[in-house]
Amino acid sequence: MPDIVLYAAEVTLNGLMAGVLYALVALGFVLIFKASGIFNYAQGVLALFAALTLVGIQKGQVPFAHLINAMTGNHYTNFPWEVPAIVAILLAAAVMVVLAIIIEKVVLKHLVNQAPIILFMATIGMAYFLEGFGDVMWGSDIKTLDVGLPQGINDTIDTVTFNMFGYGFFIDNLDIVAAIVAVLLVSALTVFSQYSKQGRALRAVADDHQAALSVGISLRFIWILVWSIAGFVALVAGIMWGSKSGVQFSLSLIALKALPVLMLGGFTSIPGAIVGGLIIGVGEKLFELLIGAPFLGGATENWFAYVLALVFLVFRPQGLFGEKIIERV
Amino acid sequence: MKDMNEGYVTADGRQIGGVIMEMKNITLRFGGVVAIKDISFDIREGEIRAIIGPNGAGKSSMLNVISGFYIPTEGEVFYKGIKRGPMKPYQVARLGIARTFQNIALFDGMSVLDNIMTGRLTHMKKGLMSQAGWWWTGAAAEEHENREKVEKIIDFLEIQNIRKTPVGRLPYGLKKRVELARALAAEPKILLLDEPMAGMNVEEKEDMSRFILDVNDEFGTTIVLIEHDMGVVMDLSDRVVVMDYGKKIGDGTPDEVRSNQDVIDAYLGVAHD
Repeated sequence: MPDIVLYAAEVTLNGLMAGVLYALVALGFVLIFKASGIFNYAQGVLALFAALTLVGIQKGQVPFAHLINAMTGNHYTNFPWEVPAIVAILLAAAVMVVLAIIIEKVVLKHLVNQAPIILFMATIGMAYFLEGFGDVMWGSDIKTLDVGLPQGINDTIDTVTFNMFGYGFFIDNLDIVAAIVAVLLVSALTVFSQYSKQGRALRAVADDHQAALSVGISLRFIWILVWSIAGFVALVAGIMWGSKSGVQFSLSLIALKALPVLMLGGFTSIPGAIVGGLIIGVGEKLFELLIGAPFLGGATENWFAYVLALVFLVFRPQGLFGEKIIERV
Repeated sequence: MKDMNEGYVTADGRQIGGVIMEMKNITLRFGGVVAIKDISFDIREGEIRAIIGPNGAGKSSMLNVISGFYIPTEGEVFYKGIKRGPMKPYQVARLGIARTFQNIALFDGMSVLDNIMTGRLTHMKKGLMSQAGWWWTGAAAEEHENREKVEKIIDFLEIQNIRKTPVGRLPYGLKKRVELARALAAEPKILLLDEPMAGMNVEEKEDMSRFILDVNDEFGTTIVLIEHDMGVVMDLSDRVVVMDYGKKIGDGTPDEVRSNQDVIDAYLGVAHD
């Protein structure tokens, strides 16, 4: 088999894995958009904040250490303990739930029945506030996140492919874990929203606030629920990205990559977020390999996703899986 | 006959119970606009109570006060003899007061069945955690039990064949019926209908009238309805409140209201000289 085909196959696989990570972030957007019609600009920052909190708790960091030291003249940095990964993850999830409650109380409650653009602006404000807050709370240095997920080359795949093609594929164990986690997460969310009582209430709120109130659904509860779930998804995305490339503030920028993913998949579709993520992951890697690097001087990965999304918008504005826009005249 | 607290017997021989809801001196203002001005009336258990009046009389505002969507500026609402504090609409719904809307508020993206199932939410007690257990915690059994009740209502309203259709695709008349089904699914004590027959043709109106009478007859549900079609109102209702410019100008049986001079003036206009 010619080398370029094998190489393209390996790149495709790696693209799929990278796509899963995009999809995880996009999933958070879809959840909130479906339930409340809000495009949550802060989703990426939520992932960053979740990862920061997780590392902080795990390493026993003193929250607001810098602030406390500046005011009291002490030099606190760490508590004298480290927390096991699983406990730290549970605690971080709890923090995300508390954050959801605070967001509902402080921001959303006052913006009921406002135009979507107002809510969107509010989430931009939240994004910047949360980024600064995360900085003050946990410090701005780059942290390594290790919750015990396997990392490095997967030897089995390497050996098997070497024996078959005489060329070993490089697939990261972490990417495989991410893919499995994404599948589990999406299945759980789908089952929840289709079959459970709260899932039905959630879809009802997404459709019509007034009607939801009239059948006895508390909007407050549903919003807290949705933001908690989005916070949990952000935590999962934060763990995966953080394990891969360290917890740093550029993590909040990965949210931007979720935008083309959403345009492709549709803002209202959970499977769409996954498929969109995979297409973009594979697309940008293959484009770089086959066209970008040889003809365009490389670095096409930065813009390819957006161009693809633009082309998509022209032909199918609701995305691959989005609800068809029907206007009755 | 109306002042007997133990109820009265209607012209067609139905026994009406005592007062289930009482509105006392309700006033509702939006800034400088007075939508409802010092209105009092009561609703008795098991009766069909209509609120009528010309456009902009404040009928829908009144219904919104009853269902908790508006909180009255002044006045008190008594439900089952107990004064009701300011409540959120979802809390009112949980008390057993269901409603439909003038401009249909259904969940367009969901199927007819799912729409009606949302009406059962107030009766489903299993919490978030037990949903995860599903069979083990009995959440599945609860879903099943509620589904059976919903199927009965679907039969009752003769919408079996559209069960799985997304509501957004249905014609107007059927949407109105699905909305009624969703309200009924809550097994309400009081059912509020905001113009249940607006925009319907004669045949659809006859169907809807029949359903309203059947609901009242079979489940003993108290019904409060707003309607423009005078013929329908006079045929259906036991007692009628007439509103005009936010004030109550008449209250009584259809016959009493029909012969009330203020009501005739409001509807036909009166010569100003």
